[in-house]
Amino acid sequence: MRWLGLGAAAAVALALAIVLGPTHVAWSALGSSEIVRSLRLPRAILAFLVGGALGMAGAALQALVRNPLADPFLLGLSGGAGLGAVLAIALHLGGPWILPLAAFVGALAAMALVYRVGLVGGAELDPRVLILAGVAVGAFAGAVTTAIVSLASAADLRNALLWLWGGLSGASWDAVLVVCVYVPLPLGVLLAAARSLDLLALGEEPARFLGADVDRVRRRVYVAASLLTAAAVAVSGVVGFVGLIVPHAMRALWGHQHRALLPAAFVGGGTLLTLADTVARVAVAPRELPVGIVTALVGVPVFALLMRRWTAR
Amino acid sequence: MDRALILDLRGVSYRYPGAAADALHDVSLALRAGDFHAVLGPNGSGKTTLVRVALGVVPLREGVAELLGRPAGRWSPRELARVAGVVAQREDNLFPQRVRDTVLLGRYPHLSLWGAVRPEDRAAVTRALERCDVATLADRWIWTLSGGEYQRVRVARALAQEPRLLVLDEPTASLDIRHEMELFELARGLADAEGLAVLLITHHLNLAARFADRVLLLSEGRAVAEGPPAEVLTREAAERVFEWPVTIEPFQDRPQIIPLRKRKDHA
Repeated sequence: MRWLGLGAAAAVALALAIVLGPTHVAWSALGSSEIVRSLRLPRAILAFLVGGALGMAGAALQALVRNPLADPFLLGLSGGAGLGAVLAIALHLGGPWILPLAAFVGALAAMALVYRVGLVGGAELDPRVLILAGVAVGAFAGAVTTAIVSLASAADLRNALLWLWGGLSGASWDAVLVVCVYVPLPLGVLLAAARSLDLLALGEEPARFLGADVDRVRRRVYVAASLLTAAAVAVSGVVGFVGLIVPHAMRALWGHQHRALLPAAFVGGGTLLTLADTVARVAVAPRELPVGIVTALVGVPVFALLMRRWTAR
Repeated sequence: MDRALILDLRGVSYRYPGAAADALHDVSLALRAGDFHAVLGPNGSGKTTLVRVALGVVPLREGVAELLGRPAGRWSPRELARVAGVVAQREDNLFPQRVRDTVLLGRYPHLSLWGAVRPEDRAAVTRALERCDVATLADRWIWTLSGGEYQRVRVARALAQEPRLLVLDEPTASLDIRHEMELFELARGLADAEGLAVLLITHHLNLAARFADRVLLLSEGRAVAEGPPAEVLTREAAERVFEWPVTIEPFQDRPQIIPLRKRKDHA
């Protein structure tokens, strides 16, 4: 029943993304329209995949760092990605492939740095140190990013700012293909770790005594979630809140068994971002809002509401 | 002795990285199926370290630690969890959970990577819930349980693992008399009726003396004495280890330790 509802919501979100837009496309022409085929359809699919990746990465990271406030960007990835992208903009490295690539490289660099700092005693990944390292690396990257932006020309500044708030206007079938090839492996790694994540919620030693290979699971989940986030950032910029709100909403509906929670977070994240992107395209047409602004405007009140409901209990 | 040797520690030593002295030094212990042994000693005497060494969480410095004849360090966490159930001193409940779901975690080491929960797993969960007298709590949220109920649920989770060794690390800390007794009776019953080897770490000298077949008294990582309670829990040993004057009163052939007031009782 829950799955049926979530599936229906996803179908509605995808349908709206295809039907709605600044240009009116008649119902009868939907199948043959060039706008639908080369713009709306790849964009809807990309939004769904990116949102799903962020939702699932967020759910896994919350269990990994044992902190319900964790989201894919807490660990410094957005900072690194933003720095990479802004650097590329400032250096006028054009071309549709350079910007995502620069963001991806930046995110990976941040991930490597945070991971290195988070390794305690050579092998153990300490979640507390991981969070601190993530915040520190993110803050540093943010400072450098702001320094570059403040020295940039006005046109570059606008580009950089739009990118930092996320957007899917660059969506293409090529991007969909890249994500489709890249995403299944980290998704599989996270799903394989689902039961271990249930155990990790009890703490390190209890998890070990219930059969979890704690160190290995932590390393795998961290790397897989980071790779998902890096890919999402590369094709869509920094889209906040999806990875934070969606796992919480899904936990309320599905409970905390990650075998069900992780897929639910994927579908839920995809649905949310697809809807948000449709709003971003349509709300101020013919101009477009960065989708990260829409997710924040929707996400923050929803999150506040959820928090109130939990703390009232 | 025809009962299977479950846990065999011979002269084990362990030192935490960077520490100046051994946290555990030359300690031996043999636990057979159906045995109920208690480990006693002051805070910081190495009781929990003993569990870590016995279950291969930390590597040995010296000695031999074998579980079912295989060195403790050679068990993978998953294999280990199928033969040893541990109720650790502390654990968190990061996310809210129901009793039945938390006991189901005990079946995880038996599930295949992509496999679903099988009927036999559900049956094992039900058996464990009933054995620990918490079946009526199955649908309750964990956080609504009392301290004693919660500990019995954790024992049930360990039983759902269908282990041969059950380790309880201070399971009755902050429990009242009834819940304390229920837990000791449960542990004793598991050893007697199900043939589990039970290793109990506790500060309750008197309950340990009454329930355990043998006790191991630790002080500063060394074994002061090991044997039947009446032989180990003497006035001299207790006073030396706990650094407090005591007197021993036998109760049903078991020694009971009564700490003395510093002035008045001495008369």
